[in-house]
Amino acid sequence: MDVELLSRIQFGLTAGFHFIYPPLTIGLGVLIAIIEFMYLKTNDEIYRKMADFWAKLFAINFVVGVATGIVMEFEFGTNWSNYARFVGDIFGSPLAAEGIFAFFLESTFLGLYLVGKNRLSRFMRFFSFLMVAFGSTLSALWILIANSWQQTPAGYKVEGGRAVLTNFWEAVFNPTMPSMYLHTVDASFITGAMFMAGVSAYFLIKGKNLELAKRSLKLAVVFGVIVSILQLFPFGDESARVVAQTQPEKLASFEGLFKTQSKAPLLVFGIPDPSQNKMLVEIGIPGALSFLADHNFNAVVKGIDSFPKNDLPPMTLTFYSFHLMVALGTLFILTFLVGVYLLYKKKIYTTKPFLAALWAFIPLPYIANELGWITTEVGRQPWAVYGLLRTKDAFSPLPVGDVWFSLIGFTLVYAVLFGVFLYLIIHTVKSFKMD
Amino acid sequence: MDLNIIWFLLVGILIIGYAILDGFDLGVGSVYLFAKFQERDIARNSIAPVWDGNEVWLVTGGGALFAAFPMVYATAFSGFYLALILLLFALIFRAVSLELRNHFESESTKTLFDWVFSISSIVAIVLFGVAVGNVLSGLNLDKSGNYIGTFFDLLNPYSILVGVLAFFMLSYQGTVWLFLKTEGEFQQKAKNWAKIYWSGYLILFAICTLLAYVLHKNLFHNYLAHPLMFAIPLLALIFMLASIIRIQRNQALCAIIASSLSIAMVILTAYLSLFPNLIIAKNPAYSLNIYNAASSQLTLETMLIIALIGMPLVLIYTIYSYRIFHGKTKIEEGY
Repeated sequence: MDVELLSRIQFGLTAGFHFIYPPLTIGLGVLIAIIEFMYLKTNDEIYRKMADFWAKLFAINFVVGVATGIVMEFEFGTNWSNYARFVGDIFGSPLAAEGIFAFFLESTFLGLYLVGKNRLSRFMRFFSFLMVAFGSTLSALWILIANSWQQTPAGYKVEGGRAVLTNFWEAVFNPTMPSMYLHTVDASFITGAMFMAGVSAYFLIKGKNLELAKRSLKLAVVFGVIVSILQLFPFGDESARVVAQTQPEKLASFEGLFKTQSKAPLLVFGIPDPSQNKMLVEIGIPGALSFLADHNFNAVVKGIDSFPKNDLPPMTLTFYSFHLMVALGTLFILTFLVGVYLLYKKKIYTTKPFLAALWAFIPLPYIANELGWITTEVGRQPWAVYGLLRTKDAFSPLPVGDVWFSLIGFTLVYAVLFGVFLYLIIHTVKSFKMD
Repeated sequence: MDLNIIWFLLVGILIIGYAILDGFDLGVGSVYLFAKFQERDIARNSIAPVWDGNEVWLVTGGGALFAAFPMVYATAFSGFYLALILLLFALIFRAVSLELRNHFESESTKTLFDWVFSISSIVAIVLFGVAVGNVLSGLNLDKSGNYIGTFFDLLNPYSILVGVLAFFMLSYQGTVWLFLKTEGEFQQKAKNWAKIYWSGYLILFAICTLLAYVLHKNLFHNYLAHPLMFAIPLLALIFMLASIIRIQRNQALCAIIASSLSIAMVILTAYLSLFPNLIIAKNPAYSLNIYNAASSQLTLETMLIIALIGMPLVLIYTIYSYRIFHGKTKIEEGY
């Protein structure tokens, strides 16, 4: 394997692994802030115990996110130095701003909250966690400003072989940024909601920590139904339309559209065969893709045949990732709708099969997150910066042995880390007894 | 003063802020294994609420370097590849072992985490120092700014000496922090350790400075042109002395202020010797300076606005947090 491929594998591994953690930080963070608000308002001790328990899990998740996040900050320089030289004028600022505005905020207030709780008033408890939640959603904003600029560069000119900033706000509000941010943060909310619902369901099944579990489950289900529906419309819908308008070859790949056509179908199921340029099996809704792309059933949508072959992303991976993500998103809506129905019927705390499903579903939003990330990033290939810099021109000319060393190292270190993380989360949940 | 010089100074401030703040918690990690098992709880609790915020100085420094001097970021980070990968592993292990240790019950697991925490802290400190040593010695770069030496070239004697200086400097900072946050027998221990690390700090600073004069005379160019600048290394020595005297008199707060200022002066001594370069290439034509390695004026200006809005806020709540946790650390106060 050559250095480019090894660096790509390493970046995929480290970014994909890191991306396990921040969504829960964001989603669970907002939920804990809500619980702290309830504690502030009602002075009911049960809310304090709830917050303490969820914060324990939050802290374990947070530290792994921090530890793996530093890697990302360094890797643009270590493995992608030519990329860093090309985009530094634009890409570095949001990373620095993320540190200044977001990371300081969340880490300082989390330290204050976790260690200093007993020195803080109820208001300061709430305020500290509010700052943690605010900081983490703000950090998502800055990193997605950077990422979305790679998808749809704006506010720049190319000068002397570098992208040079010409308008900061145009670069920040590039066409992909708003929809990508809302879509990703909402995915994080779903992750948090499913996590809280699943763990609460586990307690209800085991018949322990009932008061905590009931209130948490109720909060998670109500929150979950809102955010999962919002994810379908408007956030997911808007994300797809922006891709259709700005990165049509990405859309053609993940939708499996080989031929340019009007009344293009939206595939519910399909098996693409890129070698023959056709779908082996497909079940689609006629015209729906045209509608999605342009809010017009007759709109022409560009297919794979409209683009030069060497500008196309790998199809199979993007196609399956996207469709599986959509299927999971639909499942989340159904799950939370059933939850709200059972809540309304006052049967939710005793319907064992539903509780068991919630517990089993905890990993699913994580999988959906990773699939969405794969769709976006693999769909951007063969570009590092869409239309401007190809991935093959972006990597550092390193000795191949060095990258082998680091790749194997990360694989081993992250395997250990993941094991420790899972053990601690499961152990903390199973051994928890509310006093 | 132009924007490029301002950003040269701001990056310097971020490096100094990082060295002082993460310096004490890395330093606590470095001397950690000398503490008795029960004392380790206090040592960890003393840094628990603040270490993560301290490490953000590194993340922000990396981001600021990327934004303001992308050529330096690209060259240094890819050039120090294996060293940085090892540093990342050390920082990962350190964060996780520090935060998750007490989630485990068995004493042997805790001891294992203790060892991981301490060794990874030491590895991180020494690697930082070695990297600085290499920046001072100059790097073998090609025309496009890529490092063409090997990993083992980075392990040259001078750079290793700077790594040892970093070890003594930050370990000393860690012992002064412990001296501030502990009491009784443990505090007495911290005092004794402080004296040992202080001697190493002083001696290594002297050796590295003198050796630089022999090996890398170019570093003295700015100083010889502006002799008043020699006040900076002199102040470093004065603050070192002040700090150990304050420890002797049991004035812990003054001691840590003085040792922090000494770190600032030591780093400033080295950093200003580079000016206007950030990376000195063996072939001077390929050196990266604050002009040929910088971002556009618009980016530097935008970043300055971001820093001017953001950093005062950071300082306000960081000070608030330290005030909440002021005083001696108690054994039961941790995660």
